[in-house]
Amino acid sequence: MNHFEQMAKVYADAGGQPEVFKDSDVAHLVISGNKVLGAHLVPGLRVDPRETKDGVAVKIVVEEGVKIARPIHMCFGVVPEEGLQKIDMHVEVLDGASASVSAHCVFPNAVKVTHIMDAEIILGKGAEYKYNETHFHGMNGGVKVVPKTKIIMGEYSYFYTEFNLPRGRAGYVDIDYDAELDAHATVEMITKVNGYGDDLIKIREAGTLKGENSRGVLKSRIALKGNAVGDVYNEMIALGAKSRGHVDCTEIIMENARAKAVPVVDVRHPEAQVTHEAAIGGVNRTQLETLMARGLDEEEATEMIVQGLLQG
Amino acid sequence: MELLKIEDVSLKKGNAQILNKVNLSLGMGEVHAVIGPNGAGKSSLSYVLMGLEGYNDHEGRIYLEGKDITGYSVTERAKAGLTMGWQEPARFEGISVEQYLGISLKNAQDYSRNGRKILQHTVSEALEKVALSPQKYLKRSVDKSLSGGERKRVELASILLMRPRVVILDEPDSGIDTLAIEKIFEIIEEFKQLGIGILLITHSNKILSIADRASLLCSGHIIKTGSPSEAADYYTDQCLSCIDERYPREVAE
Repeated sequence: MNHFEQMAKVYADAGGQPEVFKDSDVAHLVISGNKVLGAHLVPGLRVDPRETKDGVAVKIVVEEGVKIARPIHMCFGVVPEEGLQKIDMHVEVLDGASASVSAHCVFPNAVKVTHIMDAEIILGKGAEYKYNETHFHGMNGGVKVVPKTKIIMGEYSYFYTEFNLPRGRAGYVDIDYDAELDAHATVEMITKVNGYGDDLIKIREAGTLKGENSRGVLKSRIALKGNAVGDVYNEMIALGAKSRGHVDCTEIIMENARAKAVPVVDVRHPEAQVTHEAAIGGVNRTQLETLMARGLDEEEATEMIVQGLLQG
Repeated sequence: MELLKIEDVSLKKGNAQILNKVNLSLGMGEVHAVIGPNGAGKSSLSYVLMGLEGYNDHEGRIYLEGKDITGYSVTERAKAGLTMGWQEPARFEGISVEQYLGISLKNAQDYSRNGRKILQHTVSEALEKVALSPQKYLKRSVDKSLSGGERKRVELASILLMRPRVVILDEPDSGIDTLAIEKIFEIIEEFKQLGIGILLITHSNKILSIADRASLLCSGHIIKTGSPSEAADYYTDQCLSCIDERYPREVAE
């Protein structure tokens, strides 16, 4: 099995659709370690990947007014037990353009793997960009994932990101997403992570609603078991008139897990409004007993509630 | 045959006597209503019967179809054929109506008539029974995007699919609009036809009217059991002056 086939296999195991790599209408990019194993473009999309010592630097541009109909598939990964992968990603979605990305980050055998993502995303006026990222880290807990993303959003632009780690060990996850919104722009950031063993999950999501009528939602869903620790810091700053934000964090803890959530709501305009809600605790007893009263045992009911939270 | 028998059930929480030697029974296809003022112990009685956490440390015995289920877990009671509809149904983020109803279908009890198995409803049929469109609701989550009344109807659909031997319905009409209440009557009638016993906790005279028997619970005591009108009349004639001294009046309108 060659390197590309190996990646395609782990990508499929993680829930990806490897058949899209053969579809000429679907753009894709496959990066293993510091090697670009595959790249396919569609009209209006420019991708310039450059291999570096420890990873890949990639510049992605969606040209003005271009609307890419089908999701761009990306796969990043390290197949061996050990390795370092640094991805520097610069994305520009120009005025009126739109694209969505389905990304899978796979480290199935990781014992000592570090994946660092430094990204900058710039959205032009009226641009739309959706980034849906699913991680599979294997069962060893030997992964360190540090994604850091700065998002600059023009007027009337829309950015949606969802980070999913629903199965396997999380290992060490340190997410830092920061968005700045111009007038009428909208951002939604969602993080869903399942941790157990001695996993450590740190999440910082921040939004600065600079322009008038800008909108932001920061949402975290964390389930922790064993000795896992979760630390969520959500910050929404409202500067623009009539800007609106909401911060929403739910963490379920089981066994000896620990969770902390710090929602920061910073409003600096009298016509702006930001709300927040946070719920941390064990599995809700009424939910549990409702499912048990329909015949599930406690373990099945707990699993259903947790997976609903993480995958719904 | 008695489907459910409650024998001398008492429950104390701290110094408060919540239930005091409650005796009650329920036959096949019977609707037995429990009425009484707020704080009388009605919901506590339902939690004790279902074996919910915090309500297991009680005295007395509970029998389902002659089998002592007193020490059973919630799941064991459900598998034995006892279930419950909550006054305020839980919300489930990320669990679709279809998934939620699927649990009941998987754990449904079999019913036969004249030696022939009575066919189970499909998930879609159960939703239609509670006046919810399957096309519109199957993929929706049972979360805060559904109103309280919609969740209540989804819960009734799940009980309909489960086809228990006995169901405890805690205020089945609360949060439900007038049109949908007729659907609740139809479902209760279907339960009766199957022979399912229904313990109905209610404040509503309209819901009480479909009961075969009623018990009046006050301060943890069953003080009257009889026809629904006898229990309601006793409540009106004998209890209200006493209750008014302690509680605001909230008898069924």
